[in-house]
Amino acid sequence: MLVSMNWLQQYVDLDSYSADELADLITKGGIEVETVEQLNKGISGVVIGHVLECQQHPDADKLNICKVEIGEEEPVQIICGAPNIAQGQYVAVAKVGAVLPGNFKIKKAKLRGEASHGMICSLQELGIESKLVSKEYADGIFVFSEDVTPGEDALEYLNLHDEVLELGLTPNRADAMNMIGVAYEVGAVLNRSIELPSPELVRSDEGVEGYVSVRVENEEDNPYYGATVIKDVTIKPSPQWLVNRLVSAGIRPINNVVDITNYVLLEYGQPLHAFDYDRFGSKEVVIRRAIEGEKMVTLDDVERTLSSEHLVITNGSKPVAVAGVMGGADSEVQEDTTTILLEAAYFNSKLVRKASKDLGLRSDSSARFEKGIDRNRVVGASERAAQLIQEIAGGTVLKGIAEQGDRTIEALDVSIEVNRINQVLGTEITETEVAAIFERLQFSYQNFGGTFTVQVPPRRPDITISEDLIEEVGRLYGYDNVPATLPVTESTPGQLSEYQVKRRHVRRTLEGAGLYQTVTYSLTSPSKRHFFSSDSVESVRLAMPMSEERSELRTSLIPHLLEVAQYNRNRQLENIAFYETASVFLPGDELPVEQEHLAGVVSGLWQEHLWQKEKKAADFFVVKGILEELAVEFGVEERLTFARAEEPKLHPGRTAAVYLDDELIGYIGQLHPEVEKELDLSETYVFEINLEKLLQADVAHLKYKKLPRFPSVTRDVALVVSESLEAGEVKRVIKEAGGSKLVEIQLFDVYQGEHLEEGQKSLAFSLRYYNPEQTLTEEEVKKAHDRVLKAVEEQFGAALRQ
Amino acid sequence: MQERLQALKEEALSEIQQASSMKEVQDIKVKFLGKKGPITEISKGMGKLSKEERPKMGQLVNEIRTAISDQLEEKIARLEKAAVEERLKEETIDVSLPGRPVKRGNHHPLTRVIEEIEDLFLGMGFSIAEGPEVETDYYNFEALNLPKDHPARDMQDSFYITEETLLRTHTSPMQARTMEKLNGEGPVKIIVPGKVYRRDTDDATHSHQFMQIEGLMVGENVRMSDLKGVLQSFAKKMFGEEREIRLRPSFFPFTEPSVEMDISCFNCGGNGCSVCKGTGWIEILGGGMVHPNVLRMSGFDPEKVTGFAFGMGPERIAMLKYGIDDIRHFYTNDSRFIKQFNSL
Ligand SMILES: [Zn+2]
Repeated sequence: MLVSMNWLQQYVDLDSYSADELADLITKGGIEVETVEQLNKGISGVVIGHVLECQQHPDADKLNICKVEIGEEEPVQIICGAPNIAQGQYVAVAKVGAVLPGNFKIKKAKLRGEASHGMICSLQELGIESKLVSKEYADGIFVFSEDVTPGEDALEYLNLHDEVLELGLTPNRADAMNMIGVAYEVGAVLNRSIELPSPELVRSDEGVEGYVSVRVENEEDNPYYGATVIKDVTIKPSPQWLVNRLVSAGIRPINNVVDITNYVLLEYGQPLHAFDYDRFGSKEVVIRRAIEGEKMVTLDDVERTLSSEHLVITNGSKPVAVAGVMGGADSEVQEDTTTILLEAAYFNSKLVRKASKDLGLRSDSSARFEKGIDRNRVVGASERAAQLIQEIAGGTVLKGIAEQGDRTIEALDVSIEVNRINQVLGTEITETEVAAIFERLQFSYQNFGGTFTVQVPPRRPDITISEDLIEEVGRLYGYDNVPATLPVTESTPGQLSEYQVKRRHVRRTLEGAGLYQTVTYSLTSPSKRHFFSSDSVESVRLAMPMSEERSELRTSLIPHLLEVAQYNRNRQLENIAFYETASVFLPGDELPVEQEHLAGVVSGLWQEHLWQKEKKAADFFVVKGILEELAVEFGVEERLTFARAEEPKLHPGRTAAVYLDDELIGYIGQLHPEVEKELDLSETYVFEINLEKLLQADVAHLKYKKLPRFPSVTRDVALVVSESLEAGEVKRVIKEAGGSKLVEIQLFDVYQGEHLEEGQKSLAFSLRYYNPEQTLTEEEVKKAHDRVLKAVEEQFGAALRQ
Repeated sequence: MQERLQALKEEALSEIQQASSMKEVQDIKVKFLGKKGPITEISKGMGKLSKEERPKMGQLVNEIRTAISDQLEEKIARLEKAAVEERLKEETIDVSLPGRPVKRGNHHPLTRVIEEIEDLFLGMGFSIAEGPEVETDYYNFEALNLPKDHPARDMQDSFYITEETLLRTHTSPMQARTMEKLNGEGPVKIIVPGKVYRRDTDDATHSHQFMQIEGLMVGENVRMSDLKGVLQSFAKKMFGEEREIRLRPSFFPFTEPSVEMDISCFNCGGNGCSVCKGTGWIEILGGGMVHPNVLRMSGFDPEKVTGFAFGMGPERIAMLKYGIDDIRHFYTNDSRFIKQFNSL
């Protein structure tokens, strides 16, 4: 909503407040003033000029040499190229030395040999937006249509010294979508009285009955409809004051009657529609639902197909307007119109919204109906418009209104206790202060011992319950005056849940290990939705995606981490170590199943210390080590296992499935070289696990283990086995055979090559034996160790390496 | 004999003085004091001397032996010291060379801001509630006093999956989910961090996915002044002790009265600058007193309890706090961006 200071001044005394000061007070009162615009945009030196002579330039077809009186001793010569320039006109002249928008300075000039002392201006040159310039002046200079005096300030006549406040209205404050509403608000904020228009309408003796009748089929759809008939009007351009008001509000002037309906829309917030009575097609206005598939051509010359959810105004046989949204082309007011049928109605806001949305038509009218207008102002607005039409367009207003429905509704009573206000706000506002605030708002009330019963006027449909009154009191009392206190309710321990604590540990462990956290999008394309063959085939897909790229919810975090890897690699950031924890989404019953996953991507150098020539490339075991560390952290190091696995997008020889006990919880592996090539990535390792499974694993509380009291014995053994045998398998057999005294098995060497036969490898383990009860005897160690050697020999044919 | 001994002493001392290595010193020791050395020889030959001369000569031999050994000891100590010094010199390093980098990652800046806010509210007795990112229409809108035909909700602003489910547009649905579980028994003190989604085209200031932290406190006698107090602590903690806050009336369907909170500009201190667009104030979050309809729908009696709620955007807070100019940085994950958030 754009609010002209000059216009507002008509209703409230704004003296002593600058636009900026007023803006600040309105904002603090609850309606945010988004901008304050100076309409003159820094213009100076533009006066009214009278074109005394106008002759064609001898050397230029399109230029005219004009003698213009500008209130100085002698007329000045100005060269003008506008097609509509003519002798006798009163025009806006930028004198030599004038400044136009954009700091454009007017200097003396010579055009094809003729001197020019200034410039005759178009409205656009004076900073008025093209879309606000009426058709007649769209392509040429502006011509004053009234009595003006040469030499006087042209900006004054064009209202360009005005300032305009732009209000950012929240949906509940539709009451401020009109000047009267703004006047009430500003009056309350400034604690000043307001003066509203009271149209004095002289109606003819001839009644409206012989011209038109109104029939509303369903009063729920259209609680009130009134039609006024005005005869003998003359359609012509509006007077300058009216044009100025519309331009300041951002509306383009059309002709007097249309401009008046727009003016009243802005002033009262009441959308009106003027039909050409003679083109209406009947003497009957029937308001009904459209018939499914019914068609009509709207003002913008577009044929619209309607449905039974749309309300239409008809002439008894066919629609002439979509109620509250837009009129029809057939009954539009035109230059030859002489009789006006003026509609002022209250339509059901939901129906207006539905039609406006379905037809893709949003207008100043529909916006107001949708948010709710003041029921009690409908008739007043129609009288205001009729009065202005009579004044400006001539004409006779017929007696009476053809109408159906109640003109007004009663105020709503809402009660509130002063104690309750203070209890909710934490303030100590007195009864007197509350009363004063309601008076500022011009709400009538009764006060019985601190309980106020307020008669909320229909102009404020946002106020329906006592909390709404608390807000009114609070905002005008001023939230700056509300103290800052600490809650006095019973104290509660603030703590993270066990899962939240663990999740924070996951982040710290991964970051301690060298990974950086990322956050990527949940929405993705169908091809990036999944990564592993075990991912759900069914997707959770948006009903109306904005793009295919963001159309489905992901079931794997890896594709977006790979995007991050690509992004960084394309910027020569090749050493990559990222992780993310986020939800993935699997189809579910009512809602999808959301599972928190942990995934990572590692590529390039894992560690590097240049001058000491240390370089360690990322590999499978770097990533595996990180997961093993997490397993230690969450007490499942014995239960988290890795088993060779195959995944189409991973390297067939470098992929493992991750199990917690017997449950598959994720994968770890190198990208398949073909995938690496496709994504233009070098050797890249990824992992993804179901974090919930890891963090929710049932583990015993941490307990202290006694420190060893006796020495332990360590035996190293190098076993020669087939190269296809996995070390993990050998370790498992050693552990089984070693018995309870074997407390630690560490693999410390893997060797293949010289001194070994083709197809064989040597695995060297360090085995530590310990007895917590007493010092181990040589005998005990030998017994256990022999069992180990026997077992590996029997199971794998493993020979001791010499 | 006496002269011989004196000469030997002179010779030994001179050789000791000239010796420059441990080996030479050892050789000198063997040469003069060894079993086959001249002094031992002389000692052995003392038998031939008279009774009177013997003790005198014996004393002299001992004196000379002691003198030589003392000198040897001293020389050895000196050489050892020199050797240590030599070794230390060899072992000297260039301490200006760079140290071995410690491998360490860090939080994403959004996590950093969210954890900071979480810790602040944990300290005030709030706990952290989390809920589904795909919500029902009921929890996302209806339970928050936004019935199906409410003008403030527009299908166009949300990502619907079915008629009844959508990607949550705020983390506020946890208000109702949390309250419902409590069967009308307060107090409720939660904050709800999480991802939310809106139908926006991604640009420097919009993102179709972003973070939100919702806060809710419901109990007997919870006042708007408490909201102001809690938010004031928050503003000072996040943006500095000198920060002032102001509440402006606003509108949200789920709070009544509703407010927006501004903080005094941390860049200019309130005089007006480009960060605060000349106003001296920066809009940080929205909130208000929980609407009685919301309390009622979730099983609380608005006659008995009151509550406040607020919602803030970690992206906005991080952008202001760290001077980040483009919201897309948070989701692009340029490692040069992420790595900047590695210090306190
Ligand atoms: Zn500032």
